[in-house]
Amino acid sequence: MAVKFSVSNLDLYYGDFQALKNINIRMNENEVTAFIGPSGCGKSTLLKSLNRMNDLVEGCKITGTVLLDNVDIYKNMEITELRKNVGMVFQKPNPFPMSIYDNIAYGPRTHGIKRKSQLDEIVETSLKQASIWEEVKDRLKKSALGLSGGQQQRLCIARALAVKPEVILMDEPTSALDPISTMKIEELCFDLKKEYTIIIVTHNMQQATRISDKTAFFLHGEIVEFGETGQIFAMPKDKRTEDYITGRFG
Amino acid sequence: MRSNFDAQLKELNLDMLKMAGEVENIINMSMRAFLKGEHDVARETIEYDYQINEIERQIERRCLKLLLQQQPVATDLRRISSALKMITDMERIGDQAADIAQLSLRFENGMVPQKLNHIVSMASETSKMVTDAINAYVSSDTSLAEKVITDDDRVDELFNEVKDDLIEFIRNNIEVGEQAIDLLMVAKYFERIGDHAVNIAEWVVFSITGVHKNSKIM
Repeated sequence: MAVKFSVSNLDLYYGDFQALKNINIRMNENEVTAFIGPSGCGKSTLLKSLNRMNDLVEGCKITGTVLLDNVDIYKNMEITELRKNVGMVFQKPNPFPMSIYDNIAYGPRTHGIKRKSQLDEIVETSLKQASIWEEVKDRLKKSALGLSGGQQQRLCIARALAVKPEVILMDEPTSALDPISTMKIEELCFDLKKEYTIIIVTHNMQQATRISDKTAFFLHGEIVEFGETGQIFAMPKDKRTEDYITGRFG
Repeated sequence: MRSNFDAQLKELNLDMLKMAGEVENIINMSMRAFLKGEHDVARETIEYDYQINEIERQIERRCLKLLLQQQPVATDLRRISSALKMITDMERIGDQAADIAQLSLRFENGMVPQKLNHIVSMASETSKMVTDAINAYVSSDTSLAEKVITDDDRVDELFNEVKDDLIEFIRNNIEVGEQAIDLLMVAKYFERIGDHAVNIAEWVVFSITGVHKNSKIM
């Protein structure tokens, strides 16, 4: 399995506060990697570092390297290229206040695609990949804000897919969704990993066991343990991992 | 922080100890019924088996409720899943003790040959193996569980000695062939009880180490 993201000796500071400490982790392509840990442990911070979303945070300082396909994303890659390759889905669905069609076409248009037939195809393919096409195909011109929370989240995934990324980052994508919508997103992750690399932050332990191949447990800005998900949840090596996943702290 | 869950796991331990105690009792009762030809005890043993089946149901219910409510992981998952596997073997031991009692109803007092030391030893060895296996589970003691696994060699040796005893018994008492076969079956039941105790001990090792019979199953 080829390595997609390789993070080495990464330290991240918000002013004087060190949010990530000497992070070393490799994430394989066509796998789902889950980041787990208590609030404030650094998992979302690392996720955001993977497409440089911390750049805009005042006082944020990063050292170490983050390689995407062996290219240093902080030194040798344009941020627009990075963001095209690494899409992101957030905790709260955030469709743009425009039609379903325009939400999906927004990214490709930004990247210069203007031809309607081409955009039509991208919209349909992306919505199909995100398992929402059947639900919205007859109302593509309607506002995306009229969709349910679960549909909005799948729309956001479709929007991320529309620019043909290689990696999808998900920051607690189902924490605001009901069980059925959650199941749909989880099923989707399972399908999408055949073509994409997925990295997901989740507070739901069962979700991590269901959808991820590898799991990293974070605590106080460090990765305590990283390994096969089955091993982490059945036989964790570190007592802190055991204590966290069994609910003894956190 | 997780006092309710921990309290339920303690209850599970107590249930397991209780079931092990009942299994130890039924092995001893079946032995008494068999050795002394006490038919009352034999019938009591057969009834007692239903009690063990009921404890198995209770533990099953508790484990399934824990799986549903707590969605356990790591040590919790291994302990609860092991308990579910272990009670199946304990229940089978109860069945086999009842089978021994059933056979003993065919013997009248005094019909059983005196030279049965090896069968008596099989009963006490297997009873101790079950107790040790459950104690190993409750105290998370891998070495005690591994001892149970090796103790089974002694039970197998005893079974072979019983066979030799019975061959000699038939040679000297040709008219009691049928009785000898019953005795051999009793010994075979004890030998199987030893195997079940080994199964229990193997799940104890899994609950502690995550490894079952040298392979990682999760």
